[in-house]
Formats: sequence, structure tokens, C-alpha cells
Amino acid sequence: MSVTTMNPPVNSTRSLPSGRYGFSGLLRSEWTKMRTVRSTMWTLGMLVVLGIGLSVLATAETRAHWSGMSAVNRATFDPTQTSLIGISFAQLVIGILGVLVVSAEYGTGTIRATLSATPRRPMVLMAKAAVFAGVTFVVAEIVSFIAYFVGQALLTAPAIHTTLGDPGALRAVFGAGLYICVLGLFALGLATIIRHTAGAISAFVATLLVVPIIVSALPSSLAHSIQRFLPANIGNSITALHPGANAFSAWPGLLLLCAYAASALVIGGVLLVRRDA
Amino acid sequence: MIEAKGLTKRYGDKLAVDQLSFTVRPGVVTGFLGPNGSGKSTTMRMIMGLDTPNAGDVTVNGHHYHDLSWPLREVGALLEAKAIHPGRSAYAHLWMLAQTNRIPRTRVDEVLETVGLTSVASQRAGKFSLGMGQRLGIVAALLGDPEVLLFDEPVNGLDPDGIRWVRNLLKSLARDGKTVLVSSHLMSEMAVTADEVIIIGKGQLISQISIEELLSQSSQRFVRVRSPEIATLRAALDRQGATTVLEDDGSLSVRGADEIAIGELASSIPVVLHELAPQSASLEEAFMELTEDSVEYRGEPAVAGANKGEGA
Repeated sequence: MSVTTMNPPVNSTRSLPSGRYGFSGLLRSEWTKMRTVRSTMWTLGMLVVLGIGLSVLATAETRAHWSGMSAVNRATFDPTQTSLIGISFAQLVIGILGVLVVSAEYGTGTIRATLSATPRRPMVLMAKAAVFAGVTFVVAEIVSFIAYFVGQALLTAPAIHTTLGDPGALRAVFGAGLYICVLGLFALGLATIIRHTAGAISAFVATLLVVPIIVSALPSSLAHSIQRFLPANIGNSITALHPGANAFSAWPGLLLLCAYAASALVIGGVLLVRRDA
Repeated sequence: MIEAKGLTKRYGDKLAVDQLSFTVRPGVVTGFLGPNGSGKSTTMRMIMGLDTPNAGDVTVNGHHYHDLSWPLREVGALLEAKAIHPGRSAYAHLWMLAQTNRIPRTRVDEVLETVGLTSVASQRAGKFSLGMGQRLGIVAALLGDPEVLLFDEPVNGLDPDGIRWVRNLLKSLARDGKTVLVSSHLMSEMAVTADEVIIIGKGQLISQISIEELLSQSSQRFVRVRSPEIATLRAALDRQGATTVLEDDGSLSVRGADEIAIGELASSIPVVLHELAPQSASLEEAFMELTEDSVEYRGEPAVAGANKGEGA
């Protein structure tokens, strides 16, 4: 590396553009940020591989053992949900991406460059959430639909399968992608509150995996009334054709999850404004 | 122009910045000088709107940072070395910043070229040396060609070539009429770059003063006098209240009387003079003297007059 010149960059035009920096520039910037780090490609790649790969494994396995399955098992078999089994792993992966989108800025100090370029902090968080939601929604829906179609194709007769026209099937497949996207936003909100990668991922994983264990240890009447509010159970009721008696039905469940994500983002936004960067 | 009035920042019990007032004018390089931990970086973050002051106010060209229309085109800052995602390329880092303030892609290429980073622009920044990271930070500050520039310890980690480049850059930015604030804990660095210094200690303003004034104000300043009748002259100077020290080489060091007074006194006696030479203290000595004062002030509660050089 050598010094090519002693002079500062040429003074171009002094007059500033009219108006003010705004949301569209922030969206473009956040998109650039997201596509120029490897963690995005890694996590989204994992989402695709797990989402589709596990669908193939689960449905092929079911088909192979169909003849040995009991009548009860055959009757309760949900071909749609089985093909969407990857969602339960994809939700962990999307959480990591949602956390990293924010925590990596804090970990590397990029946040100070970001907030210097665009000091209106709520707008920064909104742009970040919007770009993240856009990208993950598209990817998760694609994964969800591919997983469904591949899974159903593998469930050849005598095993049963569904088509998108069957009651609840389209809702389950589309809802699965949406669930992943909203859960990712929840993680993004958590990271804005916590600001540290390890802490935020721990909190996210605890919400998904540890809290259900604690709840199930409670007296059963209490546990039953709480369980339906847990994110993982909401996800389950979205992908199941017939959610259990104790669960929310798909859309109210998704709405509740949206409320969780919105709460995390609003709390994160308030803290972002109040705290020193 | 940067104007701070009564700027105060507390972290828990610790007062990081205490009632700090100063003005940074365009067209000169203003050094921001103080020992490590004296509140320089905190002050810079408050100027940039990153930290909120507990009291007081700071504006850039008359606006609060938060209200700037095109922040990167109005203020540029290097706040910390290597504040960049290690997995992102230098180019992507600059481009994502440029996009927020509608700065064209051509400008990104232009500034990268200026610091000689073009060839490594597509490499991941994690591979950069401290010096390259520092250059990238400086480039990011210049990206929007702003009128106001802040550099926090810009020469840290740079090789001699890089240090010279930064010094010249700062001077030429000031020559172009820009407002340049550059922090350092080294007086020697300020001596070669700054026209004016804001000196702080433990978050308080010690002095805002031009380098020239700082030197002339110092008590380290003295006049060297040689004369064949040195004893006579010394006695006369002592009677006038000057402090005199006879050096080993036979010269007399005089404090408390300038060369004009000494010359006139000598001719009135009369005494022949062989040498009458005003001597400056080194900048380092002048700086030490000032910061020592501030240490003494802090021993007593609520001495408000620590800013004796204000308005300089």
C-alpha cells in the first residue's frame, strides 16, 4: 500500500442536495449491508438446506415405513406438517440471522458509522427490520413451498398426501414462511434490546426451547393455559392442519407472534433512542 | 464551526466531561489535547450525537447533529480505528454509507484512490492492518466532502509515511476553509499540525489557545544574557525583581524581564551586552505546565477559573 497523493479528495460541488436523507437511502444501505457479509449467505443457505432437506428425509421415511404403521398413526398422519418439519430447525437459524443483523453492528462498531450517517434512530431500525423482513419472507416462502411440494411428491400411494387445494394446506404452507419471517423480526428486536450476539442468541433460544420446558414443569392446568402463548407452539399450530384443542388457530396465533415481534422492536427502538451508541 | 457550551457527561458517578465550552473555527487545524481518559472521545461522540450530554449543548454549523439534512456531507468523523465489520469489504463499507446520504458511487472510487486503497478495496476488512483500517476510517470521514471534520487520534497505528500524509491532509483541509478538530494525547503531534489547541484534563477545559500564545505564555520562557560585566547586570536585574540564574557557561538566564527591559536596563547602567537572546520553552514543557496547574485546581473544590485561556 502506498500513498498516492498528499492532497485531500477534490472538493466537488459544495451545494448540498435539496431535501434530506431518508428512508429509501436507508433501505438501500441496509440491503447492501445484508448482502455484503457472509453470515447472511450462511444462515439463509442453512435455511434452504434444512427446510427442504428435512422435508425430504421425513416424508421419504414415512413412505418407506407406511406399510408398518398402525391404523391410528395413519389416521393422525399430517402430510402437510410432515413436509414442513424443517421449519422447527429453520426457526433457530432465522433467529441467529435476526440477531446478527443488529448485534454485528454493535460488535464491530459499525453502529456508530451508521448512526453518524443517519442520526434518526427509529428510522434506522425500521429500515433494518424492513429489509430483513423482505429478504427472509421471500426466502422462507420459497423454502416452505418447495419443501411442501417435494414432500408431497415423495408421499406416493399408498401413503396419503395433500394438495394446496385441500382445506388448510395453503394456509399451513404460506403461514410457515410467514412464521419464520416474523420470528426473525422478534430476534432482531431482542438483539436491539440486548446488543450482544451471544446474549441475544441465548435469549432467543431460551424463548423457543427453554421456556417450554419450564412451562411443562408447572401444574398441568396452568401449563395448558400458558402453552398456547409460546412462540414454538404458535408455529406448530400454523403448520398443523388441525391445531390441538389447547392451541390458538393459525391466524390468531400468527397475530400474537406479530405482537411479540412488534413489542421487542418497539422496546428496542425506545432503548436505541435513549441509550448512548 | 463547532460550538460547545457547558457540555457535561456523567457515566454513573464518574464525571467524564465537565462544563466544557469551546469553539472550533473553520480554516485552522484545532488540536484537542489531553491525557488518555480526559474526555476527548466522549466529547467527540457528543458532537456527533452518539452520546447525549447530561447538560450543556453542542452544535455543528449552528445545528444539532440530529437535525442535519445530509450528515455525511456536512460532518465527517474518524472516531475509532477499524470500526468496520471484518467480513465486509472496504468498498462495501463505504458504499453502504454513501447510499444513506445519496453520495454517488464515483465518489467512493475517488476517495479510495486518494488513500491508495483501491487495490485492496474488495478485500475483507478483517485482513487489514491497523494502518489500513485507520486509512479506511479517514476515507469514510472524507466520503461526503464535509465542511466539518473530526479525527480522534488519527495517526495511531500509522507508519511514518502515513503520519506525514495525515498531517498534510489536515493542513490542506484547513487551508480549504474546513473546520478541523483533531484529538491527540501527544503535544508533539499537535505542535506540527495544529494552529490552535483545546487542552482538557479530567473533562475540564484547561485552555483554548493558539500554539504561539501557548509558547509565549509559558514561564519556561527566559532570556539568555551574556556580558563581560555580568555580576553588575545581575545585581541590577535582581533589584528589579527578575529571577536570574548564572549558568555554567557563564551566561545568565533571566525570567521575569523581557529582552526589551533587559536591554534598556543594560544601557542605563551602562553595561556592555554580548548576547541578548529570548528562549522559548518547548511545547511539551508548556503543556506539562498547563496540565500541572489543572491538577492543582482540582484539589480544591469548585475553582471555576481553570479556563484562563478561554476566548484566545
